[in-house]
Amino acid sequence: MPDGALPVLDVRDLKTVFKTRAGEVHAVNDVSFALKPGELLGVVGESGSGKSVTMMSLLGLLPSPPADIRGGTVTFGGNDLLKVDAETLRAVRGGKIGFVFQDPMTSLNPVFNVGVQIMEPLRKHMGLNKRDAAKRAQELLELVGIPDAQRRLKDYPHQFSGGMRQRVMIAIALACDPQVLIADEPTTALDVTIQAQILELMKELRSKLGMAVIWITHDLGVIAGIADRVMVMYGGQVVEHAPVKELFRNPQHPYTRALLKTIPTIHGERAARLTIIEGQPPIMMNAPSACPFRDRCDVAFDRCARENPPRYDLGDGHDAACFFDARTGGPRDA
Amino acid sequence: MLDARKDDQPLVSVRDLKMHFPIYAGLLRRRVGEVKAVDGVSFDVMEGETLGLVGESGCGKSTCGRAVLRLYDITSGSITIDDREIGTTPQNQLRTMRPTMQMVFQDPQASLNPRMTVEAIIKEPLDEHTSMSDVEKREKVGELMDAVGLNRKFAKRYPHAFSGGQRQRIGIARALALNPKFIVCDEPIAALDVSIQAQVVNLLEDLQEQFGLTYLFISHDLSMVRHIATRVAVMYLGKIVELAPREALYAEPLHPYTQALLSAVPEPDPSLEGKVERIILQGDVPSPSNPPQGCNFCTRCPAVMDICQTDEPAYREVRPGRFTACHLYNDNNNAAG
Repeated sequence: MPDGALPVLDVRDLKTVFKTRAGEVHAVNDVSFALKPGELLGVVGESGSGKSVTMMSLLGLLPSPPADIRGGTVTFGGNDLLKVDAETLRAVRGGKIGFVFQDPMTSLNPVFNVGVQIMEPLRKHMGLNKRDAAKRAQELLELVGIPDAQRRLKDYPHQFSGGMRQRVMIAIALACDPQVLIADEPTTALDVTIQAQILELMKELRSKLGMAVIWITHDLGVIAGIADRVMVMYGGQVVEHAPVKELFRNPQHPYTRALLKTIPTIHGERAARLTIIEGQPPIMMNAPSACPFRDRCDVAFDRCARENPPRYDLGDGHDAACFFDARTGGPRDA
Repeated sequence: MLDARKDDQPLVSVRDLKMHFPIYAGLLRRRVGEVKAVDGVSFDVMEGETLGLVGESGCGKSTCGRAVLRLYDITSGSITIDDREIGTTPQNQLRTMRPTMQMVFQDPQASLNPRMTVEAIIKEPLDEHTSMSDVEKREKVGELMDAVGLNRKFAKRYPHAFSGGQRQRIGIARALALNPKFIVCDEPIAALDVSIQAQVVNLLEDLQEQFGLTYLFISHDLSMVRHIATRVAVMYLGKIVELAPREALYAEPLHPYTQALLSAVPEPDPSLEGKVERIILQGDVPSPSNPPQGCNFCTRCPAVMDICQTDEPAYREVRPGRFTACHLYNDNNNAAG
């Protein structure tokens, strides 16, 4: 991961709002991140933290209304994806940017065999003829470790197990040699032993193909094992962002610290009692004018209710959106 | 801890429990086979302990939990709860037993009636099983809401007005209404967010202490089970492959499946990455309608031997308090069992 390399994907100040009858829900608030070639960026957050909506927004996958992308830029391949026409965007989706969704059962079409579904992007995006596409589809299935690939191409999704279906999804996402692969909770629906298989496959594919990956999950354990950098989201915002080892060794945002304490482990010390984060995650009605975590935070002070903290740069690629400086144990200077 | 209870009778005792579901097919809907969801499971739950029941989806752990409470008519086996055999009791006679044994379900959205208020939901067991007056019932509902950390003011609200964690508290209050001794918690935290899971687990632990409850805690989350359980049973394809006290199981798993399962759990610590030896199991779980011959795990086991493909290993105590079903722990290799 060369440090000075230009990012393949650069997202700046992305803002997405959902219009509902009860008012506007600010699902994504000024989210910025850059993805370098070949790296794996982990995005962690609970449900409703805006992690999936961020990724859907930048590919124009949200229906509008109710979604409304209020601002920001998404730079990919020299274009701003928020401004390009539908045709160009379609060429990017499933072409240079591949997508893997959480539930492999609902994201595959049950009435077509998997061969047809893998060949679809190959024929649409790369203009391959039927025979070449079939050949490539077989290679892809072999690449993702599905045995007896040639015969399996004719099978339908229901004939595959959950883990195998997710492998098919990955094969489809990889079909056009994407520069960026966005994986939205790809292992959440799977059992741990199958999850371990998919994580192993992902590591292998990255070293073989060298694409950049955005991996969305709520599981800090998964992130610890595969990510280069991690972005923690809460209430539609990026609250902390750091290289993976730094984040786990030296978490700076109170939410990240609390989250790491609240999950029990298999190998570490067993706590007599779990640390809890009191309260509920926020529903982001109205534009945020204060820190979204303040009600559940153990170090919040008056400023947190008045202003929304910006992301403070802490050096070495680490930043945290908090007015409290965990290193000095006091408020940051204004 | 276990030794102290050894003299005590177990509160729940399950022997050779089988729950097979028939498969019908063809024009005449003939019975063509059966899904052996639970296939010969035996365990005890001591009074006041939490027995964790873990396994992957489809291993039969939920079916086992439901069968123990006789939510199904079981295929065969014996279930004793509080010194009463309920394995063969007809459903209408089970009613009088129901107050002792309750259940907390996985999905608090689906297990609460959306048209009933919180008060009505928690009160329903009282209506069915007690002769309390309305005033007494209302007071009891209030106490239960206090116990699970719900504000009494919300008694007239409907489930949709609550978050997932709060809904699970409603489900727990309902389960507590009749002062049960034994509660089956079927994945009670699986549908909740990480930061909410710890709240519910701490609540369950507090209630256990306060009311002297005994839990069968069903979960696929091995790290949470390590936290809450006194002893842990691991299921694979309808059978318990290993049962042991918590510390022993996590420190030194005996059965190859338990070893693989534990090694597959991702740890939230990047510095462990590369140090922890991962056992990646090949392939998928076989179908419970057509389990392999011999040991159920022989198709994926990294330590498989010839005997595993022919003889089913006996489930027995290989060390004090530690049960496993694996040929690796045969004293002599001539397939006793």
